[in-house]
Amino acid sequence: MKNYWQIFKKGIIAENPIFVLALSLCPALAVTSSATTALTMGLSVMFVISMNNMVVSLTRKVVNPKVRVPVYITSIATIVTVVQLVLQAYAPDLYDALGIYLALIVVFAIILARAESFASKNKVIPSFFDGFGMGSGFCVALVIIGIIRELLGAGSIFGVKILGDWYNAPLIMILPAGGFILIGYLVAAWKILTNHMEKKQAERGEA
Amino acid sequence: MAEVKSNKELFNVSVSPHIRSEESVSKIMWTVNLTLAPAALFGVYHFGLNALMIILLGIVSAVFFEWAVEIIRKKPITVKDGSAFLTGLLLAMCLPPTLPAWMAIVGSFIAIVVAKHAMGGIGSNIFNPAHIGRAALMVSWPVAMTTWSKMTTSVPDVVSSATPLNILKQQGYDALISTFGSASNMYQAMFLGNRSGSIGETCTVLLVLGGLFLIYKKYINWQVPVVMIGTVGILTWIFGPAGFLTGDPLFHMMAGGLIIGAFFMATDMVTIPITIKGQIIFAFGAGVLTTLIRLKGGYPEGVCYAILLMNCLTPLIDRFCQPKKFGVRG
Repeated sequence: MKNYWQIFKKGIIAENPIFVLALSLCPALAVTSSATTALTMGLSVMFVISMNNMVVSLTRKVVNPKVRVPVYITSIATIVTVVQLVLQAYAPDLYDALGIYLALIVVFAIILARAESFASKNKVIPSFFDGFGMGSGFCVALVIIGIIRELLGAGSIFGVKILGDWYNAPLIMILPAGGFILIGYLVAAWKILTNHMEKKQAERGEA
Repeated sequence: MAEVKSNKELFNVSVSPHIRSEESVSKIMWTVNLTLAPAALFGVYHFGLNALMIILLGIVSAVFFEWAVEIIRKKPITVKDGSAFLTGLLLAMCLPPTLPAWMAIVGSFIAIVVAKHAMGGIGSNIFNPAHIGRAALMVSWPVAMTTWSKMTTSVPDVVSSATPLNILKQQGYDALISTFGSASNMYQAMFLGNRSGSIGETCTVLLVLGGLFLIYKKYINWQVPVVMIGTVGILTWIFGPAGFLTGDPLFHMMAGGLIIGAFFMATDMVTIPITIKGQIIFAFGAGVLTTLIRLKGGYPEGVCYAILLMNCLTPLIDRFCQPKKFGVRG
């Protein structure tokens, strides 16, 4: 069980898809202008990546390595279609807000990367935890970016007004340029955090 | 010098460099600040108290952010060298005089913290920090950044609200002439600065004098402003409003931020190619882009974006303009 926890944890902090691996930055910029869309996107990716890791892991012995990428993509596309239809049926507003990026989950680098580098070599349950962890890390990163951008760019969080009318929001935070700058600084902050944690761990190991 | 030196002095072998210049970063920066001062003071006289507030806040906050970031980065404090002062001053001079003054602080923050220190501090920035600050303000508060006020010095029959380039863009050349009365009036106003525009960009004559002083001191190469302003002049003359060769180069060369941009922004030592050849390419590209934005783009003025875009290309230009090594084949 501890092993699974390790697999899950590394996706959130040590190998965070956005802040450390720097994969799938395009959606991280495009859908994070508000925290709500960021969270929806994060949860969708979390679901897709966990399910896809399981499917890839289940079929890893049957699939000929030469055709593995089309098989992965087919599997991802199927799961994404499920997510898309569910969102369209139960949350049409969010579906419209996410737009093309929901369908683009199919080609997210992080999903293919996990299928290729982890799920195709490991058993089903570790693969699920790997996908779940990576998806959670992605979701956490997106929500952090989304909250900061929405707060600075619109004065609200999850659509709830936080800053009053005095706040003259700079549009740059809603635009991709502000997203890029913010992600840069968050990567730096994440680096400080992980360095700090490693140092603490090393101290504990010595003690 | 004629005295006989002691043996130790005569035969002392020191490491290179043996020829030292009197110039230092701090001396150059303060000189540039001084040469900009007349135009800035004219801006204050011309536009009033809010312009003074913007300039002061821009400078003070730029110096403060420089100091704060250097404390955080545990670097030696270099606020006295005048580079942050210069960034703040240049940024303020590129802002419209009616801007809420606190926005200058945001601009300084972007300029110093994001554009300068995130790239590694003085000498390492890819883009001109002051122009990054201005561009960030431009996308953040587009309305405030494009609202121009009446000037305080009451000269009759001069442009009241829109900048000359705005009028040209929206109403055409004839409307531009009629707002000034006559073409010669317009040239005179553009030359002396009796027009609306950003705080520090209106007075062509003071800026040119400051730039000439920098050229005389060899801090900047004369090729850069000449090529950049010349390119804009020639291209705007060729692609005039009524067909080929009908443009008004004199107006375009003095309008907007071209003079301050060509003399003080495009010549920024850090963000421009190293060789003269590269600098000429840089200036030419900036001139072409400025003209393109002015004549075809959505904005009335394009100097800021033109210089920033050419800043991106600086490493590339440098690569193709490497001087030939002596005695090396190929």
